[in-house]
Amino acid sequence: MEELLQHLINGLSLGSIYALIALGYTMVYGILQMINFAHSEVYMMGAFFAYYSAKYLNLSSSPGFTSLAIVLVTTMVLCSLLGLAIEKFAYRPLRKAPKLNVLITAIGVSLFLQYFAQLVFGADPKVFPTLIEDQTLFSVAGAPIKSFDVTILIVSLLSMGILHFLVYHTKLGKAMRAVSHNASVASILGINVSRVVAYTFIIGSSLAGIGAILVGIKYQKIEPMMGTMIGLKAFVAAVLGGIGSIAGAVTGGLILGVSEILVVVYGSSQYRDALAFLILIFILLVKPAGMFGKNRIEKV
Amino acid sequence: MKAIKTPLIAALIILIVTSALGLVTNSYIQLIVLFLFVNSIMGMSLNLVNGYTGQFSLGHAGFVAVGAYFTAVMTTKFPVPAGVAGLPYFILISLGSGLLAGAFGYVVGLPSLRLKGDYLAIVTLGFGEIIRVSLNNAASLGGALGISSVPSMPEVDLGGFVISNYITSLIFAIFWSVICFFVIWRLLKSSHGRCFLSVREDEIAAEAMGINTTKAKIQAFVVSSFFAGIAGALYAHFTNYVSPASFTFLMSIDAVIMVVLGGMGSMSGVLTSALIITVLPELLRSLKDYTGGVDLRMIIYSLALILIMILRPKGLFGDKEINLNWRKNVGSST
Repeated sequence: MEELLQHLINGLSLGSIYALIALGYTMVYGILQMINFAHSEVYMMGAFFAYYSAKYLNLSSSPGFTSLAIVLVTTMVLCSLLGLAIEKFAYRPLRKAPKLNVLITAIGVSLFLQYFAQLVFGADPKVFPTLIEDQTLFSVAGAPIKSFDVTILIVSLLSMGILHFLVYHTKLGKAMRAVSHNASVASILGINVSRVVAYTFIIGSSLAGIGAILVGIKYQKIEPMMGTMIGLKAFVAAVLGGIGSIAGAVTGGLILGVSEILVVVYGSSQYRDALAFLILIFILLVKPAGMFGKNRIEKV
Repeated sequence: MKAIKTPLIAALIILIVTSALGLVTNSYIQLIVLFLFVNSIMGMSLNLVNGYTGQFSLGHAGFVAVGAYFTAVMTTKFPVPAGVAGLPYFILISLGSGLLAGAFGYVVGLPSLRLKGDYLAIVTLGFGEIIRVSLNNAASLGGALGISSVPSMPEVDLGGFVISNYITSLIFAIFWSVICFFVIWRLLKSSHGRCFLSVREDEIAAEAMGINTTKAKIQAFVVSSFFAGIAGALYAHFTNYVSPASFTFLMSIDAVIMVVLGGMGSMSGVLTSALIITVLPELLRSLKDYTGGVDLRMIIYSLALILIMILRPKGLFGDKEINLNWRKNVGSST
């Protein structure tokens, strides 16, 4: 019983990281109808931004919430800049191009960042600095609740809360929802679509940065290829929940995280990466719109 | 007879040029020449799906893996006839590799080709990964170690005059490359091929014209996987070794680059970029010392992808072909 509880907590913290990254996919998809393959690489770069900012600001010697907050803010800013740059230089010239071209460009950006990071940061894994001390805060029914997991859950819940407020209770959020509903009508009504797209990339990239830090805290190992798998899984989470839907991304992420941990524990860890794809194929065949998505009819 | 003449002449020319290249040089160059054909078949077959039918597949390496493993198993677990008799046997085995990969293509394509664009890309990527993970866990297929000592092509002794196994490998490679080229070429001129093109141009319009678009996509996908399997069979023979680590996502990316760089829907484009993709990594190999072991080619590939999509969205050749026009009616019949 305690074991199961422990696994569920692990699954939830993994799942909330997936959810944070899935939000970036889902928001960009909602607005531009494209899969931002480079999103997983923004996440990877975020981990390195955090690593170097902690290193140069000498934060690893004084773990605690202030250090975490400082690293979070610098990483979010740097990730946003990266996201903006990708949008401006790679995606914006292709705004009116066929979808296939945008997809290929996105794959190109993703590969470029992966190998560029290898060239600049080195290909071997790095140890993420200790930003939070690992201690057992309290135990529930015999299962220890670690400060890592609590931090991850708090930070991700907080960011999701802020995102929800931003999307549903501000003017910018209204504009975003309008653009995602119909970009051309939104622009007729005086919404600056390019600006909304830029803001979307800023928000999505910051969330990816947060996710990267949380992964760094929990798994303590970062490397240039770390984005690929987690990016694909986060994408699966977004599709599972219904791409374009914020609640869907969160639910999908949590479901995927928990089920993955359960497969590792009660099945074989060899198949943990195949699981996400099996879920993806299943969901696309049974309910392509996902759990919360709406079916859009293609019009000529 | 006329229909078979062009492929024959093409094969002869390629054979003379490449064997001349091979005779004067070392085994390293010979392997590169052989790989040129493996990559060409991979590129041409992917072009059928990505270029001509407009369906973006990212899992080509999976089908290459299926073909390579079939050949590896059939030639290592079962006795292989020695000498010249091995050659027809190998051709039969490679045909089997293609058929098995084609069957996999059918199974994978049937559900996933109902999807479009981005989703199809991710699902095919997923299938490629699932094939690789399964191979990694299949103890009877050597697991992560793979299968080694796959036999090379045999030497042929013509009463004192020995044809080296490089030349027989070359004949084998050219045989399949030429078949691949002309099957796809003729297919595109047939009514089936016209269906592929119409699906690419406008799926809804094609459907309105009464074309069974799902069927067309699956046909393209199966033919493409068949030749991917053939490429795998060649790969197994030429490297003498197959392992799951050889058929990663990066191999699929190689194939995609060939299609995108050369021009989506241009045979000559794909062949040109197959040449680039084969030779470029070898040229860049010496740079690895300066970059700390990082593969520079991926940086070049990725930048090339982005720049081509922005500056020349249809690839270097677009859908144009090089027309040598060395016999007037070859050009006009197309």
